[in-house]
Amino acid sequence: MSDTLYDEIQREIAKYPDRRSAILPALRHAQEHYGWLSPEALEAVADGLDLPPARCLAVASFYDMFFLQPVGEHVVEVCTNLSCALIGADRLLREFERELDVKAPGTSEDGKITLRCVECLGGCGWGPVVSVDEEYEEHFKIEDVAPLLERLRSTSRPSESHA
Amino acid sequence: MPESPTFAQPDQNALLLPFAGSRREIAEYEANGGYSALQTALGMTSEQLVDEMIASNLRGRGGAGFPAGRKASFLAAGLDRYLVINGDESEPGTFKDREIMLRNPHMLIEGIIIYLWMIRGAGAYIYIRGEYAKEASILEGAIAQARAKGYIGSPLPGTDYVANVYVHRGAGAYICGEETALLASLNGERGQPTAKPPFPAVSGAFKKPTLLNNVETVATVPVIIGMGGAAYAGVGTEQSTGTKMFSLSGHVRNPGNYEMPLSATYRDLIEGKGGGMPEGRTLKAFVPGGSSMPILMPNQLDTGLAFEAVVAAGSMAGSGAVIVVDDRTCMVRFALRTAEFYMHESCGKCTPCREGTRWLTELLRKQEAGLGTLAEIDLLLEICNRVEGNCLCVLGDACAMPVRSHINNFRAEFEEHCRLGRCPCPDDAPMTELYPPLLKAPLPMVHAG
Repeated sequence: MSDTLYDEIQREIAKYPDRRSAILPALRHAQEHYGWLSPEALEAVADGLDLPPARCLAVASFYDMFFLQPVGEHVVEVCTNLSCALIGADRLLREFERELDVKAPGTSEDGKITLRCVECLGGCGWGPVVSVDEEYEEHFKIEDVAPLLERLRSTSRPSESHA
Repeated sequence: MPESPTFAQPDQNALLLPFAGSRREIAEYEANGGYSALQTALGMTSEQLVDEMIASNLRGRGGAGFPAGRKASFLAAGLDRYLVINGDESEPGTFKDREIMLRNPHMLIEGIIIYLWMIRGAGAYIYIRGEYAKEASILEGAIAQARAKGYIGSPLPGTDYVANVYVHRGAGAYICGEETALLASLNGERGQPTAKPPFPAVSGAFKKPTLLNNVETVATVPVIIGMGGAAYAGVGTEQSTGTKMFSLSGHVRNPGNYEMPLSATYRDLIEGKGGGMPEGRTLKAFVPGGSSMPILMPNQLDTGLAFEAVVAAGSMAGSGAVIVVDDRTCMVRFALRTAEFYMHESCGKCTPCREGTRWLTELLRKQEAGLGTLAEIDLLLEICNRVEGNCLCVLGDACAMPVRSHINNFRAEFEEHCRLGRCPCPDDAPMTELYPPLLKAPLPMVHAG
């Protein structure tokens, strides 16, 4: 495992009276390093926390933001909960699917972009909301789909050192 | 696309966010009276602080509306006591805590420090939903600024008490807004609720006595200490004091968060602040407090925003998320989208919720597709009855209560789906692409059951 991930996990552990509480931040760091929570990534988390890998998997599998399968370089998430759905998130989603030629949840053939629907992101009055690599884009319109995808296709995800 | 989000102009009665834009810098916050409530609090005993909260009659802003002062008074004695802030804001339609964190993070931090001092807490953890990455980093920044000023990490002026505050990010799970699930998640477990007792006040974070409050509740603490509990109790109604953030979304001209005195009404919010319905549309129904609450009808617009007023109208104020629904909307789709959410978010631990939310969703899918039967409408109600009140936590109720209200208020629409064998809505109705009609032509009326 890389030293930096191990160090990051130790810094997280220091914030809590019980190291088990550092499991979510540790999993997050591992996902940033490996791109997804591969068996190797989970092993690294288990080493860093001194917990069994099975426990790390059990916790990771509960939460929507952890990827237990490989994802594209970019992740585009469309909120389809009530407030966004009422104002056109459904058409937005179909436009993304058409442009990417993929059905949500899925990854474009070039492996570049993963598209999925998510539940309420907490931007209901500023919807429809699309989360792009964990950054919110609000008041999102159908015309914004193609330019966004163009931008994503031409850039790599920042802050990532894919192992 | 405009720089998002765009915040609403403040109400003249606003106490939490009485200014336009944001105050993320500590100097700006202090120049406007920030951290002076902390100075006041440092001259008060724990008992005096709890009494002030009780006098304010502040009711928790997370959804349940439990009196905050009384909650604080329940905290068990002990050497290591913790404060946990619930920033897992995930109830569909709710985005108010996010606006508080974006615009006035130091008000939350000051409230946390006052509360920590009140309980002489070993530390505070802000459990913020994982999706709020920007908000988490704003809070980290505010904590760093407060640390540099000596409010965090070193003894508070005139005391030997040190406040420690940490940000703990969730990872995508609605159920972690439920207090026991949140604490399980903070303790490094899967975010599943646990039976009470033990209550968090006895065994919570790290199995220690824990005081757990919503972001807005704690952000209100400096207001109360600053103006005095009794003065705060003079705003709003007798049973619902103060101002509260309301998240307005859906089919309304000016969606956004609006801070309103609790003496105002839904009409003041939807028509006054929200500007009413978009051109050419009429109000069909509105969700008064997040998608888990029974829906209210247009003739209930004059219902007060106060907790007791919403209960009298047959629903609950919940998180203050108001979703406005116009006349073009198919209420079967609306019910289905609601049920699907709770099915997805059910933690799977207890049977009535795990099975009930799934069966409600499956039957509503049939209804929306026009494949349902009239008997299944009653079956849906029957399932709601079997779920409600029979689950480990309130997630099951959160699915059953609204679905029952959708059916009871719009039964004719459900029946029309059954009779026609399809959804009667036109192709440009909301949510059509999520639930594309299976068949344009009516099915032969041959149904089992």
